[in-house]
Amino acid sequence: MVCDQRAFGRDQMKEMIHTAFERTRLQRAIWDRAMVYILFLCAIGILLILFIILTHLFIQGITSLNWDFFTHLPKPVGEKGGGMANAIAGTFTLLGLAVLVGVPIGLGTGVYLSEYAHLQFAQAVRFMADVMNGIPSIVYGIFAYIVCVLPMKGFSALSGGFALGIMMIPMISRTSEQFVRMVPSQLREAGLALGVPKWRVIVDIVVPAALGGITTGIMVALARVAGETAPLLFTAFGNRYWQHSLTQPIAALPLQVFSYAISPFDDWHRQAWAGAIVLILMVLIINGWAQFYVMRRSRWSAGK
Amino acid sequence: MSRQDTSDIVFRRILAVFPISILILVAGIFFQLVNASLPSLNKFGIGFLFTRVWDPVAENFGALPFIFGTCVTSLVALLLAVPIGVGTAIYLAEYAPPKVSKAISILVDLLAAIPSVIYGLWGIFVLVPCMRNSVQPFLGKYLGFLPFFQGPNYGVGFLAASIILAIIIVPFIISVSREVILAVPSVYKESTYALGTTRWEATADIVLSYGRVGILGAVILALGRAIGETMAVTMIIGNNVVITPSLFSPGYTLASVLANEFAEAATNLYLSALIEIGLVLFLVSIIVNILARLLIWSVTKGPLDVIK
Repeated sequence: MVCDQRAFGRDQMKEMIHTAFERTRLQRAIWDRAMVYILFLCAIGILLILFIILTHLFIQGITSLNWDFFTHLPKPVGEKGGGMANAIAGTFTLLGLAVLVGVPIGLGTGVYLSEYAHLQFAQAVRFMADVMNGIPSIVYGIFAYIVCVLPMKGFSALSGGFALGIMMIPMISRTSEQFVRMVPSQLREAGLALGVPKWRVIVDIVVPAALGGITTGIMVALARVAGETAPLLFTAFGNRYWQHSLTQPIAALPLQVFSYAISPFDDWHRQAWAGAIVLILMVLIINGWAQFYVMRRSRWSAGK
Repeated sequence: MSRQDTSDIVFRRILAVFPISILILVAGIFFQLVNASLPSLNKFGIGFLFTRVWDPVAENFGALPFIFGTCVTSLVALLLAVPIGVGTAIYLAEYAPPKVSKAISILVDLLAAIPSVIYGLWGIFVLVPCMRNSVQPFLGKYLGFLPFFQGPNYGVGFLAASIILAIIIVPFIISVSREVILAVPSVYKESTYALGTTRWEATADIVLSYGRVGILGAVILALGRAIGETMAVTMIIGNNVVITPSLFSPGYTLASVLANEFAEAATNLYLSALIEIGLVLFLVSIIVNILARLLIWSVTKGPLDVIK
């Protein structure tokens, strides 16, 4: 029998068989059946909770949305109406800045890990990237505050984009490595056999072949940081007007949702729900697309 | 030929800058945090972690109430989320038909992607009224003899924050535990079936025994999320510097005090005390994540794919 000593030694096996035969056949069958239902109930319970939350968000969000939300600035405190046009623009500005920081480092790391790195070094960097992914987002906010806001003497779009950008690095490096690695090695060998240097093979063949996957990974990373609020609280800070300079405080959709949600005004609560539904739709569409891409991709390589 | 070799070496050197910069970045975050919290480190020393006073006016700072709040909310959240999350993971990996399992896993992964500020919004307008009007009166009536369920009922507080945390971390527990369980070689399970065990016996005695280290890793990973979770908790914990056994009481956590007070910190010492709280969060999350990854990798034999 193929049996790993580490998983269960002979003694453990004996003990297991022993306890199994102490119970009667009926008891074991009942227990077996009962566990199916208990585990099924766990899954149903989770789905039910998540379903309740999602339907509530959707109903509240869709009924709160209107055209003004996308085209108007926030109204002064206490006045009804207005929208979050500046916050939507602000979020896209911040994401653009984040891409400038996150994509070069993330992509470069991913390609290096897949094509060049020694096993141990690669494993160490992967490990570090996974650990970085687990650092609370507010800590990145503090870091951006220390290295950007303090020297520049003020909250700014640049510091917010920087905070979001470094959060994207570990995600992009891991996804781009995953997709670059998937490129069939025959493609690389064909290039090398023609006498093309390895770096040209990487730049002209491997990366273009993986481009769809790399883009998907970048989009997923963007979707995740788009909803981040904590690192923006004391970097981008928020703004109730249009922003004209990257060195000024800038509005962002999640920040606006946060400050409207904890405000005492009903109309602001409504707008918070509207902001939430826009964020959710963005996240769900990008992630759904990524799932679809990966499924199609794996079918393609399986049927090859 | 030699020219090509040189260009290859140059390209490789340039590309190597990026992974090294990740390592430098993590070290840089650590040193910047330590450097910026020096005033507070010098003034309060190690006692910072054990002092109950948080008084910005008198400039007397101690982080104990926040550490207490983070521990309480994270542990209660794990108590609520782990049994149901691991149960769901077992169901998905061992029992559900492959198509159903795949569909539910995609749904669960999508839920992990919803921003926490949105869970906070839902918490304020749905969970907190529900806690105030039905859950907490019920708990107070039937379990009120326990110190955990005594005290005034505001709705906001440790219990509401723990519940929202549990909802946020459950997708992580399900997703990682499922990967771990799927990584158990099926030979082991088949050989126990051959000995005449039932399905549950094979699952409990073999799969869970082989995968328990990885599942523990998944739980610790979820603990890391719970410790660092900021927005949803800030919105419903009630922001009250206190140490009390009552779960009904409004409280504070490490992350939520940063979210609320950082932008308003007026003096250098106040700011540096807050940054020291950030340093504590950083170190705890690094340790927790290293531990979790080591445990998970020991079962899955390497990193999990980010996009599945």
